[in-house]
Amino acid sequence: MSTIESNGSASARRASATLQPVPGSAIGRFLGDGWITTRRNLMKIVRVPDILVFTLLQPIMFVLLFSYVFGAAIDIPGSDYTSFLMAGIFAQTVVFGSTYSGSAMAQDLKDGIIDRFRTLPMNGAAVLVGRTNGDLVINGLSMLVMMGTGFVVGWRATSSVGGFLAGVALLLLFAYAFSWLMAFLGMSVRSPEIINNASFLVLFPLTFVSNAFVPSENLPTPLRVFAEWNPVSALVQSARELFGNVPAGAPVGEAWTAQNPILTVLIGIALLLAVFVPLSIAKFRALGRK
Amino acid sequence: MVFIEASELVKTYTPKGAPVVRALDGLSLQVPQGTVTALLGPNGAGKTTTVKVLTTLIRPDSGSAAIDGVDVLADPEAVRRMIGASGQYAAVDENLTGFENLEMVGRLYHLGARRARERARELIELFDLVEAQNRVVKGFSGGMRRRIDLAGALVINPPVLFLDEPTTGLDPRSRLALWDVIENLVSGGTTVLLTTQYLEEADRLADSISVIDGGRVIAEGTADELKASVGGQRVALTLVEADETEVVRGILQRYGSGEAVPSNEGKTWVVPVDDGPAALSLIVGAVTGAGLQLHDAGMRRPTLDDVFLQLTGHAAEEHETEQEAA
Repeated sequence: MSTIESNGSASARRASATLQPVPGSAIGRFLGDGWITTRRNLMKIVRVPDILVFTLLQPIMFVLLFSYVFGAAIDIPGSDYTSFLMAGIFAQTVVFGSTYSGSAMAQDLKDGIIDRFRTLPMNGAAVLVGRTNGDLVINGLSMLVMMGTGFVVGWRATSSVGGFLAGVALLLLFAYAFSWLMAFLGMSVRSPEIINNASFLVLFPLTFVSNAFVPSENLPTPLRVFAEWNPVSALVQSARELFGNVPAGAPVGEAWTAQNPILTVLIGIALLLAVFVPLSIAKFRALGRK
Repeated sequence: MVFIEASELVKTYTPKGAPVVRALDGLSLQVPQGTVTALLGPNGAGKTTTVKVLTTLIRPDSGSAAIDGVDVLADPEAVRRMIGASGQYAAVDENLTGFENLEMVGRLYHLGARRARERARELIELFDLVEAQNRVVKGFSGGMRRRIDLAGALVINPPVLFLDEPTTGLDPRSRLALWDVIENLVSGGTTVLLTTQYLEEADRLADSISVIDGGRVIAEGTADELKASVGGQRVALTLVEADETEVVRGILQRYGSGEAVPSNEGKTWVVPVDDGPAALSLIVGAVTGAGLQLHDAGMRRPTLDDVFLQLTGHAAEEHETEQEAA
């Protein structure tokens, strides 16, 4: 970089010299910057425990409420409600968890810390990597807590270890991809509150009009069609299959997405990442143009 | 040698349902190496927008800017390697400790883990934050927060430093302490561009002052040059009661050489005069002769306040709506 030499000559007349960066490749710096911003976001979880407490208490509450309140009323042929329910709770929780990327991004912009980052010679995309990584860790933790709670109320994964791990990975990966969409939205709104309220309005119908909490074949036709094509249903169905929680003899919807849930989720993840990774990075780089 | 150069910068915003705001309207600026220049102006004058352009945060609609010959628009990455920025917009992380903030900034300047930690420790000592270094910034006082913010701008000991309203909102004691810190810095030869609404701050810290209003520089010079440009002495008087406004104004205009300006709810008046001692005695005689009681009367040299008032037609520290937030 030509400027390092020119600034060297300028600083020669100063009392002490400007500190120079250690040598490093572009990719090494990108990974390093990504790690530093990830670490910053994880420190926030430690320092502001409210975030973690609510993120972890909410799924516990959902597991207990649904399995005890609805469990008594909803009859799942070929299964008990708790086994049916858990994949739904997992999916709902990680999808909601990923909205944190949006509100945190909006908050960081508002607080000026993003402007601080933008005056530094760091890789701008690393800020987004750090953001979405932070969500991934929070979602991983809440998965652990949910699985523990589920175990206590009688949920068991009956598939192989490989199937179980694949189920966990699929849930987290989907949420991670969703975080990029939310990060993009977080940079597009004026305040963090908008993200929270808007995601509530969109994600509640999306997670409830699905097969997450009740079998979708019992729904009225328009809702049933929506539920079958709903990507959240595919995610839930995939998790049920991979955890071995599909009720014996349960009907499968006619939609292609219902027939091929795992493939649907993988395509969904690929699409979300392919669209929103470049879009978010471009949006971040364009912050100075507005 | 010119170190910071801005030329014909224009930046417009269009707030929803409002006419276009010209935050920068052809602003040009030159800061010689190793000097301190203050951008002096009220809220909304374009100070912060100027600094944001120079620190690569926003792109102007037109115009150009360079730092040490490096084009800010063409090579922002290179500019970021040699600037330090501190201000209300470029914040520190409230949930990190003072030490962690500085270490993070060092890492993001790619100093390496060990050097970043060493440098954070040096700055913590330099800024007298040793006792607070392991506390989260959220619990810092206003003065401590500004110190950690300023320390963040100094992590690479940059040849050029941008300080956006470094003491706005601080109590007088913290402000004095921060001025000492900034003065120490500039004695080391760092080129500094600072923005301020406080005439006193510009007077104390800056070698050269650029008065800006409406997105352009309306006057430049040293504090003394600017004061001299306003000319002459002033008679200032403070009344016990703020009444008989027109009588007072009439007396001051009769013996003064310019317009009499009231402040302090009409209790304090300032008027430019040609012959200080003579005018003072005439004015005091006339005012007391009119049956008005005086608290205080005297002569003074023009201040930067007078300069600002003369140049812009409004006082410097009035509070307008901040229109330059990007």
